[in-house]
Amino acid sequence: MSATTASGGAPASPKPRQKKKGPGGGVNTLPLLAPSVILLLIWMIVPLAMTLFFAFRRYNLLNPMIHGWAGFRNFEFLLKDPALLHSLVVSVIIVVGVIVITICLGTVLAAIFNQPFRGQGVARVLMISPFFVMPTVSALVWKNLLLDPVSGLFAAMFRMVGLQPVAWFSVFPLGSVMTILCWEWLPYAFLILFTALQSMDEEQLEAARLDGASALDIFFNIQLPHMSRAISVTIMIEMIFLLSVFAEIYVTTGGGPGYATTNLTFLIYQRALLAFNVGGASAAGVIAIILANIVSAFLTRSVAKRLEV
Amino acid sequence: MRLKAIAAFAAALLSGTCLAHAETITIATVNNSQMVVMQKLSSTWEQKTGNHINWVVLEENVLRQRVTTDIATHGGQFDIVTLGSYEAPLWGKQGWLKPLDGIADYDYKDVFPSVLQSLTEGGKLYALPFYAESSFTYYRKDLFQAAGLTMPSNPTYAQIDQYAAKLTDKSKQQYGICLRGKPGWGENMAFFDTLLNTYGGEWFDKGWNAQLDKKPWNDALTFYVHLLKDYGPPGASSNGFNENQALFSTGHCAMWIDATSGAGLIYDKNSSQVYDKTAFTAAPVDVTPNGSHWFWAWALAVPATSTKEATAKEFIAWATSKDYINLVGEKEGWTTLPPGTRLSTYSNPDYLKAAPFAGAVKTAIETADLDHPTLNPVPYTGIQYVSIPEFESIGTTVGQLVAAALTGQQTVDSALKQAQASVSSTMEQAGYTQ
Amino acid sequence: MSYGVAKKGSPIAGTIAWIVALLMFFPIAWMVLASFKTEVQAVQSPPLIIFHPTLINYRDIFAEANYLQFAWNSIAISVGATLLSLIIGVPAAFSMAFYPTHRTRGLLLWMLSTKMLPAVGVLVPIYLLCRDAGLLDSKTALIIINMLSNLPIAIWMLYTFFRDLPKDIIEASRIDGANLRQVLVHVLLPLVMPGIASTGLLGIILCWNEAFWSLNLTAHSAAPLTAFIASFSAPQGLFWAKLSAASVLAIAPILIFGWISQKQLVSGLTFGAVK
Repeated sequence: MSATTASGGAPASPKPRQKKKGPGGGVNTLPLLAPSVILLLIWMIVPLAMTLFFAFRRYNLLNPMIHGWAGFRNFEFLLKDPALLHSLVVSVIIVVGVIVITICLGTVLAAIFNQPFRGQGVARVLMISPFFVMPTVSALVWKNLLLDPVSGLFAAMFRMVGLQPVAWFSVFPLGSVMTILCWEWLPYAFLILFTALQSMDEEQLEAARLDGASALDIFFNIQLPHMSRAISVTIMIEMIFLLSVFAEIYVTTGGGPGYATTNLTFLIYQRALLAFNVGGASAAGVIAIILANIVSAFLTRSVAKRLEV
Repeated sequence: MRLKAIAAFAAALLSGTCLAHAETITIATVNNSQMVVMQKLSSTWEQKTGNHINWVVLEENVLRQRVTTDIATHGGQFDIVTLGSYEAPLWGKQGWLKPLDGIADYDYKDVFPSVLQSLTEGGKLYALPFYAESSFTYYRKDLFQAAGLTMPSNPTYAQIDQYAAKLTDKSKQQYGICLRGKPGWGENMAFFDTLLNTYGGEWFDKGWNAQLDKKPWNDALTFYVHLLKDYGPPGASSNGFNENQALFSTGHCAMWIDATSGAGLIYDKNSSQVYDKTAFTAAPVDVTPNGSHWFWAWALAVPATSTKEATAKEFIAWATSKDYINLVGEKEGWTTLPPGTRLSTYSNPDYLKAAPFAGAVKTAIETADLDHPTLNPVPYTGIQYVSIPEFESIGTTVGQLVAAALTGQQTVDSALKQAQASVSSTMEQAGYTQ
Repeated sequence: MSYGVAKKGSPIAGTIAWIVALLMFFPIAWMVLASFKTEVQAVQSPPLIIFHPTLINYRDIFAEANYLQFAWNSIAISVGATLLSLIIGVPAAFSMAFYPTHRTRGLLLWMLSTKMLPAVGVLVPIYLLCRDAGLLDSKTALIIINMLSNLPIAIWMLYTFFRDLPKDIIEASRIDGANLRQVLVHVLLPLVMPGIASTGLLGIILCWNEAFWSLNLTAHSAAPLTAFIASFSAPQGLFWAKLSAASVLAIAPILIFGWISQKQLVSGLTFGAVK
């Protein structure tokens, strides 16, 4: 894994900002970098090696009678499992959906908050609060207090206007889970985009206004391009965290109904922890690692480039 | 002066012996109300023996996963674990638990033989029961009366269907029947298995071949979906035991088929709005009474890795004793004592007076036959589960598909087809079939 | 708001902004409200807005669980892991920012990609390792794991801060005769302190909310607040009010911490995307 990503980033344009002979001269950076790199390498290699090893073993924790080499059978069972493809699709829908929604809403909100108004500081603090709440708690609040079809707040509001309450997690399972995720991640997107807008050069905007540009023109032609790096960062960070969404699904739908909300992480959980089928779970783990590689290759090529890393 | 010195010496000696004996044990338990009471009352035991207890209290699913990981890897984190009648024999067979036979002065004879049997494997007892439950039908006598209906003592599912139709009034948020729909082998599958059993179906034939594509499965699932869709509360697919108990206790359900251990709360004035309007009867049947109501026991066991076996056993003996049950009755109220384990509980006049459901629970527990759960002979035991290590994952996967059929995301046929494929594949992978 | 003086404020934008902010905060407020209800009131529909608040849920929780021990474990693990990741991460970030090579970008992205491995898949191997090292139910194990899983983010953030410092600063200091270590400690660290603070804040928040390893590797003595929540969620019988109270207790410290430090935090969260 290290090989692919590390070399994947390599051929990109060499840094012009700093020549090899920087101000430090021939400084030996190895002692500075080594601890981090070695630790992360161990953190990656050890589980990876164990995962690879177990992926070819018949190993069920609950049934020590069964053991021995499995060849590719663990992969075979996994690839034949209709849940696998489904879980990949769900993973992608969650990642893409939540990123798109939070960035669109975040941009609009950033533009609104960029106008000066009374109590802006307090409003902003309230706005970003969900970011600090632990995922389990957010999921519990939404599931019990808000979306419950009998005693939840939404159900009560529906009944007040004469509508039948909706069983959100049964009728729109994925949508409901994504709503919770958006609630958690909108503050982050908003915060980054808002900070980006605040850092805009006021004179440039003033000049555009004098030229008779409308507010929309200014937004799309000046402000939005200015935010593009901030958007890249948001995409990258959200992607890393959204790929491994677990608690929100575990608490609310348990991956169902059917496989409607089973993403890859949850599938591995079901196959690994529930069945304690270490062999099968490791095979799924290998697939997840390959997926992580594809994503990081994507990040290298598209997003990170904009960051002038 | 001398007297004082002697007293001081004696005190030192006394505390010294206490210290030598005192141990700290770690207990992993589930956060059910019964266990929370045990945690509260255990200070009595701590004071009496001088020992100290570290509690690890977790919700059921997390606890099961946590304890299984630790026991199967010999992690040695716990001296006592809470487990169910599904795990006890399986883990005992692997040598992961210490046998609990022959504890001195322990009144084994007072425990229901069927309950002890469920925790025994290869002639050895691996856990002592804390409380046990079966399933039966709760119903609202006021609603039945108002509709001019009478609940028979042994209803059939066809009758339940009729009653549910009559008692559903969605405009008043009154639903004819509440059943478990939340996916999970211990949730929707617990109920669905009893329905399947009484419909004459089974998980596996004698050769461990999955039977999920057979007619009884289709009939049972079709009926289950119809019942909950037409007469159940909205969002039934996310209701487990807790949610249904809340629905029933707040007056939203006319009937509810679920664990007998929920009765204590339903009859408790402080937590239930229907404590005086509820009655109960046996779980419904269809073609066979076999496996029409389940059996489950929460029990305490000592992992083989524990180094404090004696103290752990001492605590278990105390927590599952007659005296403990009486202590709960006196301190917390008789309706809330841990039910279903001891004969003496069911001859206790205080309990019988406070708990009108006691007789029905006793009958249900005594008639739940783990060894003959189905109409046709099968290679497994267990009513709402199959006593193999793979069942936890099989049950959960199938539970998901049953929930998908319930919400209409899949048809009954396609859900069962997928379930059959998945179960067959798991059984093949585990080496039961070729 | 650097230019707020010029304008008086826009009432429409202000109104919309306030409505959205209140909506976003509403679930948290609603939970706090529910924590002061009795269980019967909490499941009542339509929900009660005006009621006689009770402290019974909080009292029950303090009687059942040793909240302070859970909270202390959370603090110790979060702070410990974060400090450790800063100590290891600062030199790495410094070196990548000041002495970049053609590998730097690849290295950074590789570090981030280690965060994408699904933890659930490797629970059993890691559990076995911890068992053999005698680290089950120890804060040490959680500090190490949290440190490792947050290290990539920390390095990335620190890197962006170091990168924004003037490059000739080292040259200038070295002319004065300082060695590299002295330059790093006495010149660069003070300059980049706000960045380190911001990185540390995010690290603490992420550790605080980490649930998977905290639940699975602890039993009694090292269990943090995420395990505390698991002991109150989904018990038999529905306890929404009590669960709400437990949730409030679990998130209150970090929420208040986040509010106080949000200005500081923001500068780091942008990962150098905003100059």
